[in-house]
Amino acid sequence: MLDFSNVTNWIDTTLHRYLSDGWALATEFVLIALMLLIAYAILALVLIYMERKVCAFFQCRIGPNRVGKWGLLQSVADMVKILLKELVHINRADHFLFRVASFVVIIGSICTFGALPFAKGLQAIDFNVGVFYLLAVSSVGVVGILLAGWSSNSKYTMIGAMRSGAQLISYEISAGLSVLAVVILAGTMQVSEIVALQTDRWFIFQGHIPACIAFLTYLIAGHAETNRGPFDLPEAESELTAGYHTEYSGIQFGFFYLAEYMNMFIIAAIGSTLFLGGWMPLHIPGWESFNHVMDLVPSFIWFFGKTFFCIFLALWVRWSFPRLRIDQLLSLEWKVLMPICLVNLVLMSLVVIF
Amino acid sequence: MKVIHYIQTILLSIYRLTQGMYITMLNMMRPKVTEQYPENRGKKEYGERFRGLLVMPHDAENHHTCTACGICALNCPNGTIRVISRKETDPVTGKEKKVLDKYMYDLGSCIFCGLCTGSCPQEAITWTNQFEHAVFTREKLEMQLNKEIKKQEVKKQE
Repeated sequence: MLDFSNVTNWIDTTLHRYLSDGWALATEFVLIALMLLIAYAILALVLIYMERKVCAFFQCRIGPNRVGKWGLLQSVADMVKILLKELVHINRADHFLFRVASFVVIIGSICTFGALPFAKGLQAIDFNVGVFYLLAVSSVGVVGILLAGWSSNSKYTMIGAMRSGAQLISYEISAGLSVLAVVILAGTMQVSEIVALQTDRWFIFQGHIPACIAFLTYLIAGHAETNRGPFDLPEAESELTAGYHTEYSGIQFGFFYLAEYMNMFIIAAIGSTLFLGGWMPLHIPGWESFNHVMDLVPSFIWFFGKTFFCIFLALWVRWSFPRLRIDQLLSLEWKVLMPICLVNLVLMSLVVIF
Repeated sequence: MKVIHYIQTILLSIYRLTQGMYITMLNMMRPKVTEQYPENRGKKEYGERFRGLLVMPHDAENHHTCTACGICALNCPNGTIRVISRKETDPVTGKEKKVLDKYMYDLGSCIFCGLCTGSCPQEAITWTNQFEHAVFTREKLEMQLNKEIKKQEVKKQE
């Protein structure tokens, strides 16, 4: 299988040959940041295109098909348009917080994006508390959303931000609990080890029923955390125009838009790493030739295939169900998802023990 | 009992949600209904009663059936139609008779209600499917529906 650690090690040794240790490290930081930012932007464009196409297909339409072949350049054209737009000056807004908010949202999602294992040997940082880090940093975005709602000095943004805060804080619990089920099964929080443990079988097969329940609850909770689909109360365009980013324009709005789509990608990527094996190919113990054929497929294709499968599930849900009311949303979390997650945690410990 | 009811509700709602997702998946597989307009130009069939453009059909000898009665112009809510007629003496009976001179139709103010075609006693005007009306000046929207037959008549007499 294609191992990216060869490439990264080669870059590391060549940099160390020509530069002192400190400068080599600095160059590596800059290179990794650049690569991550480029990947972030390109993936967001791909996701926006995919969202529009899949949404169109669910509504028996064709979707964007004029710019480029099959409309492939549509999201690039949209990006150019959003970069050229004017930043509207808001009267009586808290300008410092107003500008900071969009950066806080995007920094939260970029930090999470940086710790994902994209392929074999292609992971920027590998903490021994990787899962904890992913959960912690991905929730920083809610601070930005609350700041955006507060600083815009508008009733729509305020209501949207408050709803978003309530929603994210409650759904973080069941997302965390279902991730915890995997941590119990794996016995480690290090992302690379979690992936390595799934060599024989993915965790969703290893963990029997509790893993499947945890996967489902994680998908629902993660979907709610991205403020999309039936859980898009913070935006709720029919009631709140656009929720917390009503007053934003131009590239500041673009940051929120980008962060929303990338959060969807991050949630799907964490889900596929923890439950579906990350970049690990599909292995069935005993079927040697089958495993060898599966190994021939590059690891990043496995990772992106699984992630886009999870994203497709999210889109499917989004275009199937109507929006929940705020009390329905909270009762779904506190009365249904959290008890299921807690019972599931006990079940998972029983599976691990016996 | 409460616990059993709780679990039953959850399972039932999961079943119903999957039903909904099954229907949306079927919807996704269905053929797309979008018309690709400039590409399907000329290939697409429109309904017979589609009101695109008001025309006055002429036969092979360039005759129309309009008697210049003006009912269409009276019925038109916008004053879109102007019937300009002249008096002529009929060579057979020797009586004076209205003859259509110019049938002016202003597309710019037409609301395509169809009152003119519905009220026409001679069925001299009908709708066609032609709908590409865009022009650069407003003057081009004012059109004369009856064809000038004078020149041809002159030729025949010669």
